[in-house]
Amino acid sequence: MAAPSLSPSGLTAQLDVNRVRADFPILARRVRGKPLVYLDNAATGQKPRAVIDAITRFYSAENANIHRGVHHLSEQATVAYEAVREKVARFLHAPSSREIIFTSGTTEAINLVAQSYGRTALRPGDEVLITGMEHHSNIVPWQLACEATGATLKAVPVTDGGELDLEAFERLLTERTRLLALGHVSNALGTINPVRLMAARARALGVPVLVDGAQAAPHLGLDVQALDCDFYAFSGHKLFGPTGVGVLYGREALLERMPPWKGGGDMIASVTLARSTWAPLPAKFEAGTPMIAQVIGLGAAIDYVEAVGLPAIAAWEHELLRTATEQVSEVEGVRLIGTAREKASVLSFVMDGVHPHDVGAVLDDEGVAIRAGHHCAQPVMARFGVPATVRASFAFYNTPDEVDVLVRGLRRVRKVFAA
Amino acid sequence: MGSLDELYQNVILEHNRSPRNYRPMEDADGKAEGDNPLCGDRLTVWIRMDGDVIREATFQGSGCAISRASASLMTAAVKGKSRAEAAALFERFHRLVTGRLDPGESDALGKLAVFSGVSQFPIRVKCASLSWHALKAALETPGETVSTD
Repeated sequence: MAAPSLSPSGLTAQLDVNRVRADFPILARRVRGKPLVYLDNAATGQKPRAVIDAITRFYSAENANIHRGVHHLSEQATVAYEAVREKVARFLHAPSSREIIFTSGTTEAINLVAQSYGRTALRPGDEVLITGMEHHSNIVPWQLACEATGATLKAVPVTDGGELDLEAFERLLTERTRLLALGHVSNALGTINPVRLMAARARALGVPVLVDGAQAAPHLGLDVQALDCDFYAFSGHKLFGPTGVGVLYGREALLERMPPWKGGGDMIASVTLARSTWAPLPAKFEAGTPMIAQVIGLGAAIDYVEAVGLPAIAAWEHELLRTATEQVSEVEGVRLIGTAREKASVLSFVMDGVHPHDVGAVLDDEGVAIRAGHHCAQPVMARFGVPATVRASFAFYNTPDEVDVLVRGLRRVRKVFAA
Repeated sequence: MGSLDELYQNVILEHNRSPRNYRPMEDADGKAEGDNPLCGDRLTVWIRMDGDVIREATFQGSGCAISRASASLMTAAVKGKSRAEAAALFERFHRLVTGRLDPGESDALGKLAVFSGVSQFPIRVKCASLSWHALKAALETPGETVSTD
């Protein structure tokens, strides 16, 4: 397969897709007798050899607990773990690595803010503002925090095209709003939300802003200072790193004021049987032995992504999404769900008269892995009046040839389920 | 490895396109909803009884081809069956779709045997069973919503 030339502008020349594909061992395997076409990247990304090797190396030669041993291995493991914190701070353009907290994933990062910040800052009559296109993990933690405090949850509505209704946003953002929590990129629709603009409006009213970056981290260059947000959360596994690790960036002044939400070892300054005092940031929010090997793996993933280059990744994926959108739309009976002007990676659609699960089963038979379901975004499904969608989601190792396989699979769906 | 043709047999595709007994029942003796939160499938099953015997069963709702065809074939299969016979049929059907049925037993399933391919696709067992769970609930505690999760 020759390296396809996607863009006449030469923007994508920096990305050699065959070379990056060779870095991902799983992409060489076959599924149901066909070459794997992995288009479920919004669910989780595949892992490059560099990440797999980093984890194997850690467990083979470097494993020890951190922050407590005086022995050599523990010192080395601590240095390696903290070096990834520095790396993540650079990756997010955070002012300080004290503002980087390792969590088990985006979900835990948002729950941390909802439980620690939400429960202490919210009062009856206060409002938390989210949007109608959030993943359940940016809805349910706020419902819990609101139930516990008597605050009210509001949501910015979504337009027919799958964009946020910014006029409604202006009306919903009031002096009662205590927090704005929104996704950077929608996992169900692919919409890139105007986070910078919305964060500026919120912060002008003194409202802190949390950004769920789970779907943005693998595709966009991230800069929490340019976004001017207060919290930013993402997951390692969608960024081609291991499962079980994620990141919460938090503005230092806010994190300092927030109480710990989990108690245990490593997060204390001193403990007596009567009371305890807290360790300084970021340890205050990292109780217990953390996911050390996963953090090491995340560091390798960030190195890998930065070596490929996020601008090259974004340009390649932009072309891939454009050609996929064009070709899939041409298949008879397809209706796209989510046609925002600014999109990343995700192509969500339904097929007339065929349930998404049946589409998924036929595609699976062709070796194509997509997601069929509600994508943990049931309010989005309700908004568009569908029980579920088919979602193809792309990464920089996907190719135009794979888009062809997807489209051929969809034509087979039409044949199998023809009336 | 399962074959797609075994999963989507012609009878299944045909019942998906034109499901039988696809309507609500106004004067039902029992009614229950089946809900598969994983895929967003949701259907309602209604039954009319004649003593211990199911006189009529109907259904309506949204779901994949497997769940629609299964509901359609079920409503036909349980007509005239007693509660105990319907329960025994479900038990046998469940063993079919989970691959635990002895080959000799499939004759007793009649048309329902077309779902044999499901056993090769474990994730679709819930789709095939959804309407049966709803029927069971309608027979036992009418008005319930049952979930396959």
